Amino acid sequence: MKLGLAIEELHRSENHLAGALLAMSDRHKADHEVFHVARDIARWSQEHVRALAAIGGDFGVDLDPEPKGDPNVLERVRQTASDLLGRSSAPGLLLLADLRHVYREASGTSLDWELLAQGAQGARKKELLELAERCHPDTLRQVRWANGKLKESATQVLVS
Amino acid sequence: MNRVDRIAEPWGTRTPYGPGETWPTRVDTHLAEGLTEDDVDRWVQSATVLHSNGDGLDIAVKGDEIVGVRGRAVDRVNHGRLGPKDLFGWQANNSPDRLTKPLIRRDGELVETDWDTAMDAVVNRTKELLDEQGPSAISFYTTGQLFLEEYYTLGLIAHGGIGTNHVDGNTRLCTATAAAALKESFGSDGQPGSYTDIDSADVIALFGHNMAETQTVLWTRILDRLAGPNPPQVICVDPRETPVARAAAVHLAPRPGTNLMLMNALLHEVIANGWVDEEYVSAHAVGFAELRTRLADYPPELAAQVCDVPVEQIRAAARILGQARRLMSSVLQGFYQGAQATAAATQVNNLHVLRGMLGKPGCGLLQMNGQPTAQNTRECGADGDLPAFRNWSNEEHVQDLARVWNLDPMQIPHYSPPTHAMQMFRYAEEGSICFMWVQATNPAVSLPELGRVREILAQDRLFLVVQDMFLSETAQLADVVLPAAGWGEKTGTFTNVDRTVHLSEKAVEPPGEARPDLDIFIDFSRRLGLQDKDGQPLVKWDDPETAFEGWKECTRGRPCDYTGLSYAKLRGGSGIQWPCNDEHPDGTERIYVDGQFWAAPDYCESYGRDLVTGAPLSPTEYKAMNPTGKAVLKAAEYVPPHELPSQEFPFQLITGRTLYHFHTRTKTARAPQLQKAAPEVWVELSASDAADRGFQEGDLLEVSTPRGRVEARLRISGIRPGVAFLPFHYGYWDTPGNSQPDGERGRAANELTMTDWDPVSKQPLFKSAAARVERLAAGDGRPSAAPTTTASRPVVDGVPPTRGGPGADATEQFATTAGGAR
Repeated sequence: MKLGLAIEELHRSENHLAGALLAMSDRHKADHEVFHVARDIARWSQEHVRALAAIGGDFGVDLDPEPKGDPNVLERVRQTASDLLGRSSAPGLLLLADLRHVYREASGTSLDWELLAQGAQGARKKELLELAERCHPDTLRQVRWANGKLKESATQVLVS
Repeated sequence: MNRVDRIAEPWGTRTPYGPGETWPTRVDTHLAEGLTEDDVDRWVQSATVLHSNGDGLDIAVKGDEIVGVRGRAVDRVNHGRLGPKDLFGWQANNSPDRLTKPLIRRDGELVETDWDTAMDAVVNRTKELLDEQGPSAISFYTTGQLFLEEYYTLGLIAHGGIGTNHVDGNTRLCTATAAAALKESFGSDGQPGSYTDIDSADVIALFGHNMAETQTVLWTRILDRLAGPNPPQVICVDPRETPVARAAAVHLAPRPGTNLMLMNALLHEVIANGWVDEEYVSAHAVGFAELRTRLADYPPELAAQVCDVPVEQIRAAARILGQARRLMSSVLQGFYQGAQATAAATQVNNLHVLRGMLGKPGCGLLQMNGQPTAQNTRECGADGDLPAFRNWSNEEHVQDLARVWNLDPMQIPHYSPPTHAMQMFRYAEEGSICFMWVQATNPAVSLPELGRVREILAQDRLFLVVQDMFLSETAQLADVVLPAAGWGEKTGTFTNVDRTVHLSEKAVEPPGEARPDLDIFIDFSRRLGLQDKDGQPLVKWDDPETAFEGWKECTRGRPCDYTGLSYAKLRGGSGIQWPCNDEHPDGTERIYVDGQFWAAPDYCESYGRDLVTGAPLSPTEYKAMNPTGKAVLKAAEYVPPHELPSQEFPFQLITGRTLYHFHTRTKTARAPQLQKAAPEVWVELSASDAADRGFQEGDLLEVSTPRGRVEARLRISGIRPGVAFLPFHYGYWDTPGNSQPDGERGRAANELTMTDWDPVSKQPLFKSAAARVERLAAGDGRPSAAPTTTASRPVVDGVPPTRGGPGADATEQFATTAGGAR
């Protein structure tokens, strides 16, 4: 059974996704909605990391329950810098690039959840399937957010 | 006939009535000193503009001047009553400092000029930018105070003519969440309730709505019910001890930022106790299973901790709401300007759907407005949405609008949601918006984080046009200032929160060269040469009445159907509620009767958004969720506020208004009675917080956040401990600073607020900053000048009561029929 591997992979994906969201938030402090919402929904990935670590033991994997990517001093500096840089037009392009990155990370994570759910179903692991059913919708919401924000931001950046 | 000091008694004399009875008439009148009704040359029909209630009134004219007002007894909204702002606010029209000539900036100074020069400057800059960058450089920031005809014309010019997506109103600050919450639950904007629901409700729940101060006449109606037989029970959710809280059976005062947690717990109780109208829900709603699952995580015990409200109070409120036979609810800024605004307001809609309390007398639901014509900003597309509640992401709706406007559909921007106000300022900050035309509003005082807003507005690369009656703080930063006619100086219609349309006729000429906003817009369009696809002028009307006729065609078959209305029909009697058409020639008291909504996928105004992320749903997702257009029960998880109190900033700062002022005091400070009632800014703290720090009533305090500092005298009030309140009205035009603080501390509450908004409605959050409070100087027995009649009522002795004195009298004329006037 390779469910342990799938859990480990997802644990890594969710950690990456949380990190990508927090890094984007830090880089776009002057784009206030991105700054705040990215932090709010990074929390979902961090909760998923904890939940995956908790269930990992049942499948023979030992995972760190503490999510990576909590903001530290370096990120605070990045926030201040982004605040000051916010007055020029370059951040618009950077925002599009970051949203695209988050979209891809979240989409990959979404696929990982699908894989895990398929495996859990096949192996009749009820608790694991319930975890996937509970968490996957959050990931889909992260995907939709990145997609929606990208769509909304693209025009002004590209035509001006 | 009574004479009452209406500053001291803002709601006037009680006329008690019982459930199901007609609210008795009481005609309120105030005329300039020394005049009687015999001195008035003529009375001109209009309605009130310094709040959203839409009370019918007549303007008294003597010679060429407005000399007073009188409530219209025949009007369904107010039955003759007027509030203090209506009784005294008209004096602003006669102010000697009205703008009477256009101004243009020359060598850094605003100087007087003529209309041709001013308009050519505006038009030439527009043309240059359209050539250089295109429509994405142009933006319009309008208001909630123009007339319907003006908004519709502006929307046509901006969306159809110029083709910019950057159009919004200051309604973003006050009613964006009302619209968003209605769209989430019912697929379309449009208020389900009617003011007459107060007449028969047995429970009236006010969620973050200090109605006593925001809609004084509507509150008067509730006070009269409370004074009569079988009075309703009032539920109040507000961190301040407002007049509503004092009248309430249960007053819940949650921590700022926790409204959604509280609502989830209330709904949890309603479901857990079986108070759901299962039949109604299964027939007329989707989403119940998901809502129930989500709410399972929110027992009252959890909410009691997070909101810091006793669990028994949550249960008591839920019981009253759950067992009400006729529940009327209203929601306002306490929810709309707080964290998770739309999610929280939507739960009030859910409450009404769960209880099957829609479309029946007494079962009204109002997602309130703050400004008189905010409803029209939304309806006409001047807040960025497409006119007549068309759906920007429904291709057929865009094509239909293009047909009405005789344009190519590609000309109307609909590639993404309209740019909201905060985003427009962001684009101006980064330099991609280079032209902003502000009308009848004052962002230099009313937007959050004023230091930032002033920097944006003052940029050389931003061409700022301001159209106003007065040289506001914002106008002082403009490149061109256009003098506008005000209420009473032009004709038009507007619609209040319960869909009542009023005609407001021109009573007097505007001063000097000031012009009606409609004329200015049409002039702009003609000078710019905007045309339809056949080469004819884009704007096909020249005056308000023909503009109204154009609007009627645009609304045909849409929820806000105006086709049965006309100026003639609106003249003489009461205001009339839309939809008004062949089917409903006398208007429509309540919508959503028998569980019929405007939510069908091909008809709805919006497919909705994710309540936490704000991401829009696609047409396909919406069709799958709600194929037959039922009400949508939408759940949302609680997310903690973004700025929490800390050791350094231990208070939660909220801002709000007072009964005697409107917006940034542009008009109300020019009415002596109103200005005297609330002459200067104050800060409210609870008695326990004041005692802990040794503060006394009247001490001069500094309130600060990471964004700025304000000084204000302390009022020790009934506000919840841990919370500080500042009124947002006070800016700088009547201080030495003119447009900004004179010195290191300001007096505008928005020096302190943070830039953050609800991701769904995009409404800025004014009730969520962490703040520090320190004493600058002792008051030495001089109390703060905050009103004593309102939520700022002192809890300590020795503060003289707020009185208007001579000149603040109004007469009250009671109907001679039954009604129990005393």
